[in-house]
Amino acid sequence: MADHITLQLARYRPEAEAEPTFQEYEVPCRKDWVVLDGLNYVKDQLDGTISYRWSCRMGICGSCGMTVNGEPKLTCATFLADYAPGPVRVEPLRNFPVIRDLVVELGDFMRKLTMVKPWIVRQVEQPLSEGEYRQTPAEMDQYHQFSMCINCMLCYAACPVYGLDPHFIGPAAIALAQRYNLDSRDQGEAERLGVLAQHEGIWGCTFVGDCTKVCPKNVDPAGAIQRYKLKAATEWLKSFFLPRGAG
Amino acid sequence: MSQPPPYRSFHPRWHRPRMSTWWWLKRGSHVAFILRELSSIFVAWFVVFLLLLVAAVSRGEAAYWEFLIWAGRPGVLTVNIVSLLFTVFHTITFFNVTPQALAVRLGGKRVPGPLVTASHYAAWVVLSALVAWLVLGG
Repeated sequence: MADHITLQLARYRPEAEAEPTFQEYEVPCRKDWVVLDGLNYVKDQLDGTISYRWSCRMGICGSCGMTVNGEPKLTCATFLADYAPGPVRVEPLRNFPVIRDLVVELGDFMRKLTMVKPWIVRQVEQPLSEGEYRQTPAEMDQYHQFSMCINCMLCYAACPVYGLDPHFIGPAAIALAQRYNLDSRDQGEAERLGVLAQHEGIWGCTFVGDCTKVCPKNVDPAGAIQRYKLKAATEWLKSFFLPRGAG
Repeated sequence: MSQPPPYRSFHPRWHRPRMSTWWWLKRGSHVAFILRELSSIFVAWFVVFLLLLVAAVSRGEAAYWEFLIWAGRPGVLTVNIVSLLFTVFHTITFFNVTPQALAVRLGGKRVPGPLVTASHYAAWVVLSALVAWLVLGG
């Protein structure tokens, strides 16, 4: 294995250039080094002006998502050695505005996430004297997969629907809405339906399926959306054929 | 402060890359996706064809034979062969993704995806055999 590898980093300095360019850096290619280690090496040893986000280095915080050789990846979980002999091209996440170098603007996702109320909604709060809201392992199993989302937004970067229509609520926000809809303690499904059942919600998804392929946590947002489509269609049929209040 | 902070003037200068109209040509899986979307037109054509057949049958024997002669014309036959290929492609790609949309649970455990897909193929074979028996031997 070569002891060095070339990183081609996307640079965008809005004060100096109108379009992004690429800059090459030679970094050590160690067996246990991930792309993020390479970026940190560049920042610490070669060029302190490079900008990127990172925090935990262990696939928990979801901050270090970038496009590595054309694929959305968590750079803390993508080994440099897998790309040897290189070069490794690192670009910002696609489908988001680029603020600087590898840093994208997250405001759109944060707004959409809030719209689907990703928290437990209760119509009536149980008195404290009755204790906690208990749940069986089977009930937890219903939503557990969707609760693994770390908001890394790789699914948004992979989704051509979001790239073409920025109004689409997007995979992670819908998967997280489903995480709470399927939670036995939650009573907020009807409140989320208004956002999810519109054209920019579940019906905007054409099931390309790339969100599920790139998800580093096996959340399967595409599955969450299709399951919700099935449920929304069933609810619509029920409201159409059954007398009011019977469904 | 008379001057705005220097970063203010740079703030609106986000770079917003645009997606090409031909984005789907860059990857085989995306071409397959677009073909799957396109196949819906051919599925819809078969629905129209079936309705035309029903309408012809309802108008009597002469209209039915007229329909059969029209359906046997090379142009209609070609459209139907292409439609059949696209409909089979549509069915296979649809069946292969059903486990993601259908979370079937039996005895508290989720049924494995391949089993959900296999049950769809089994239903397809049974229904096709039933139709073949009705048309050919019934």
